[in-house]
Amino acid sequence: MERFFRSDFFYHFRHAPVAIVSFVTIILIILAAIFANFIAPTNPFDPASLNLMNGFTPPLEANEFTGERFLLGTDDQGRDLFSTILYGLRISLFVGLMAVLLAMVMGVLLGLIAGFLGGWIDSVIMRFADIQMTFPSILVAMLIYGVARGILPPEVRYEMSIVVLIISIGLSEWVPFARTVRGSTLVEKEKEYVTAAKMIGLTRQQIMLRHILPNVLSPVLVIATITFALAIIAEATLSFLGVGVPSTKPSLGTLIRIGQDFLFSGEWWILLFPALTLLALALSINLFGDWLRDILNPKLK
Amino acid sequence: MIKHLLISAAIVTASFATASAETVRWARAGDSITMDPHAQNEGPTHTLSHQIYDTLLHRDMAGAIIPSLATEWAALSDNPNVWRFTLRKGVVFHDGSDFTSEDVVFSLNRAMADGSEMKELLSSVKEVRAVDSHIVDVETNGANPLLINNLTNMFMMDKGWSEDNKVTTPHDVAKGETNFATMNTNGTGAFMLVSRAVDEKTILKANPNYWGKDIYPNQVTEIIYTPIQSSATRVAALLSGEVDIIQDVPVQDLGRVSASADLQLATAAQNRVIFFGLDTVNGPTANLKVRQAMNIAINRDSIKKIVMRGQSDPTGVIMPPFVNGWTEALNQHPQYDLNKAKALMKDAGYSNGFDIVLNCPNDRYVNDESICQAAVGMMAKIGITVTLDAKPKAQHFPIAKGGEADFYMLGWGVPTFDSHYIFNYLVHSQTNDRGSWNPTGYSNADVDAMIVSLESETDLTKRDDTIAKIWAAVQVAQMYLPIHNQVLNWGMRKDIMFDVQPEDTPLFQFLTFK
Amino acid sequence: MTFIILNRLFQAVLVLLFVALISFLIFRFVGNPVENLMGQEATLAQRAALEEALGLNDPIHIQYFDFLWKAVRFDFGNSYRGALPVAELIASRLPATLELALTSALFAVIFGVFMGIYTAINRGSVITNFILSSSLIGVSLPTFLIGILLIWLFSVELNWLPSFGRGEVVDLGWWKTGFLSESGLKSLVLPAITLGLYQMTLIMRLTRSEMLEVLRQDYIRLARALGLTNKAVYFFHALPNILIPVITIGGLQLGSVIAFAIITETVFQWPGVGLLFINAVYFVDIPVMSAYLLLVGFAFVLINLIVDLSYFFIDPRLRDSELKDEA
Repeated sequence: MERFFRSDFFYHFRHAPVAIVSFVTIILIILAAIFANFIAPTNPFDPASLNLMNGFTPPLEANEFTGERFLLGTDDQGRDLFSTILYGLRISLFVGLMAVLLAMVMGVLLGLIAGFLGGWIDSVIMRFADIQMTFPSILVAMLIYGVARGILPPEVRYEMSIVVLIISIGLSEWVPFARTVRGSTLVEKEKEYVTAAKMIGLTRQQIMLRHILPNVLSPVLVIATITFALAIIAEATLSFLGVGVPSTKPSLGTLIRIGQDFLFSGEWWILLFPALTLLALALSINLFGDWLRDILNPKLK
Repeated sequence: MIKHLLISAAIVTASFATASAETVRWARAGDSITMDPHAQNEGPTHTLSHQIYDTLLHRDMAGAIIPSLATEWAALSDNPNVWRFTLRKGVVFHDGSDFTSEDVVFSLNRAMADGSEMKELLSSVKEVRAVDSHIVDVETNGANPLLINNLTNMFMMDKGWSEDNKVTTPHDVAKGETNFATMNTNGTGAFMLVSRAVDEKTILKANPNYWGKDIYPNQVTEIIYTPIQSSATRVAALLSGEVDIIQDVPVQDLGRVSASADLQLATAAQNRVIFFGLDTVNGPTANLKVRQAMNIAINRDSIKKIVMRGQSDPTGVIMPPFVNGWTEALNQHPQYDLNKAKALMKDAGYSNGFDIVLNCPNDRYVNDESICQAAVGMMAKIGITVTLDAKPKAQHFPIAKGGEADFYMLGWGVPTFDSHYIFNYLVHSQTNDRGSWNPTGYSNADVDAMIVSLESETDLTKRDDTIAKIWAAVQVAQMYLPIHNQVLNWGMRKDIMFDVQPEDTPLFQFLTFK
Repeated sequence: MTFIILNRLFQAVLVLLFVALISFLIFRFVGNPVENLMGQEATLAQRAALEEALGLNDPIHIQYFDFLWKAVRFDFGNSYRGALPVAELIASRLPATLELALTSALFAVIFGVFMGIYTAINRGSVITNFILSSSLIGVSLPTFLIGILLIWLFSVELNWLPSFGRGEVVDLGWWKTGFLSESGLKSLVLPAITLGLYQMTLIMRLTRSEMLEVLRQDYIRLARALGLTNKAVYFFHALPNILIPVITIGGLQLGSVIAFAIITETVFQWPGVGLLFINAVYFVDIPVMSAYLLLVGFAFVLINLIVDLSYFFIDPRLRDSELKDEA
């Protein structure tokens, strides 16, 4: 820990305002989402607590029927927008994080195997990568969604839609990880420490996981940050197209889809606040990822 | 020279930039499914067909029945089972051939053929005969005083043209069939088809030989019909002047449209009621008390105020006010009473509530999904945990119709303006020819018999009595939870004079410009 | 050499067959064709007859080959909506998407390269920082939101540009183009920007980083030492070396262009194949969905193949290392 704070990396971090601001924003948003049930004034996911007559209340104004006030106003079902954004962030962040983890684990493993073992395994994996890239995540999501919908009963559909989202987004983003790791592995495996390890008699798994992997990780980190942002936007897009989470427990994307219908009619807050939140989140992640890439790129030193 | 070029260029550009004064650019959410007039019994499909094809009689912009291709009609005095129609003379099809009784016989038989979705409307018809070139007799199985109500969407096709192009039977859309009539037309209507690009643009132009030339204003010379699915885009197109009329202005944009200097809003009650259906045989909803509890847990007034922004007419019966059989008493919706509802649930043995799935369309009725969401909240208050399953109509309707749903939303329009239409589809037990839209499991033999008797009851007082009895039974059974009747909002250019038609079927020959 | 080309071709065909298999399997088992075609009123006997007629009782591999054989002849059956031949439907909608994709690609490449070079050359300037930050916004906003906001600003508020559709199209035989009319061109602007924004940002950042790389190289230092002007250095020596990776990566973005096209076409009601696909999904129009997947797969495999093969001709080093690997 001590070592970290004295490292070059942390030095650059402290002296880059962009990095600090974006990192802090990300942490704040994540904390807000985790502690949503303490921070949020209402639980928007509990239908019995909703009062339809609260619908369409502007921010900070008193509702004409119930007299209640809401920090960011209410949406079309009377949900407090501030609470809904917090709870929705949970979903967006969870899906994004899980999808990135899935993509990363899958991509790194496949990249390691392809690069290290080479030969026909490499060809097969790379061809799968090509096939994967054929289907944009939207198509993949719709396909998986349609199949699942046909099989599962409606009661489990909500949990299922989260899983479907994670799988479909994760499955469409593993290729950059795999390609990068494969490339680095190809380079690393020619190095002497690997030859040495082989001579000692370490198994292939041990060599791959304990020796090569740590050395190929830094570009992976950059890709992971960017993929995280992509995953969050992908979830928003899929929710917009109607393939994401259902509207009774909306994520940020769903809220934006709902808000879009009310953009022209004057209830601008329903669109604006979720959009700003999404923008802030994605922007911070992208900025941080950018900075990270610049820092970790040895060539620019 | 340059000046000429500039002027020509200006004219050419101008002609692209603005439409001519008599062109109407018309948009709505969905496209027509086919140009074959008997293949589909669906609103938007019929609406487009109404511009190109005619029926024997139709409803004017106020909903009253007026002559179209038939100028007179009456039941024969010596044989009440036969309706005699006198056809209009001098009518020609778009391709020039004459319209005669042959065409009527052919068309009605075609509508009763396999593949036609118009069959149920002619279920009481025994035979159609041509008496002479301009008189047709339609014989029914029993005296059917209301047959003519079923003919308002029954289009007349040209026998010769159909035979030449091998479209003597309608194509079966469900089987994925297609025929010449899917994309080509030959009608007698006020407009002719110029071009059709499905889901994109359909262009119609005025029929110079239209029989109604001197009867209706006929000021519109060209119609450009574009389906625009996204409601935000549709409204944007109206606000920016790219379309002249849209039939389904979203309720949240009504203020904006009416505030716009170039636009006007036309509002009228629609002949369509929205309701929930419940399974009366399986599960907790089989218990009458549960259904009653659910009925009074729906806060129709708050739905009207918030979800519909005042654009709905809450009701206690699944029948719009236009329909014969409607009474103010039936229309009264129950008072919203949470305590009473909870007590009913307790009585029924469900004080802990239960789980249920609500099937809902999300692209058919006004704010359908929002209404269902509001219902989720309302049901939660009496302990019922509802999982909302919203789908496009193409997937929702088979589920609802097929009995796979325990709790579903449906809307029903009544083109015949008579209760029998509702009964025949929604109340009668589900059999081969009737009750096709009654998946609730409700089945009462006495009520069934009463419904059938309506088809041949000539004493109108007695008939109305029977109708009242059937409604009483329906209200007691509570297999349906009525919500409200819809309100139509047409947004259009300020210089257009056009009344809202309660069937939501604009007939452009009636449109005038200021 | 020929061996390598054949190898690549063979692999491409394998990939294509696999894509076709997925397409076939999913649509054979997801939508139930009999349910869709028959409706509730059908009797058991009618259903059985239809199953036989559709060949649904044949063994799976026979159905698959049948599917492939039909696909090669562009026979995808009829769409369930409007019952038109799917191939015709797709062919009639393809020009709209292609024109949109082309325009957005031009927008992305031209602006992307230009801004990439500018920001690489002028490191640290205010404009550069502004461009870099706002480019991140382009990547951080969902496409549909960009579209709606553009419509709101330019169509509704300012009334400068149309909010939906293609405008006037001129019929050139079987291709209907929007390039030859004023309203057609105007209609292209907002959708092209919406579609191209993400690619533009990507290309810009790529160009910038490549440019920074290249400018550091020895041969650039040499050029400067020899006294060449900046302009000569940048355009004759730096630029050509960055164009190849930029354009190939740009080309390989096809997948995401197709994905974003679906959204853009939905928001702007652009009558292309993306909107066709979305409608097909909503209406469970299986023949159209199936054909669309195959089309996408085919296009991508083709582009990949071309790029792969052209690499060999462009970069002699690759030819050698490939040979080495094979040996």
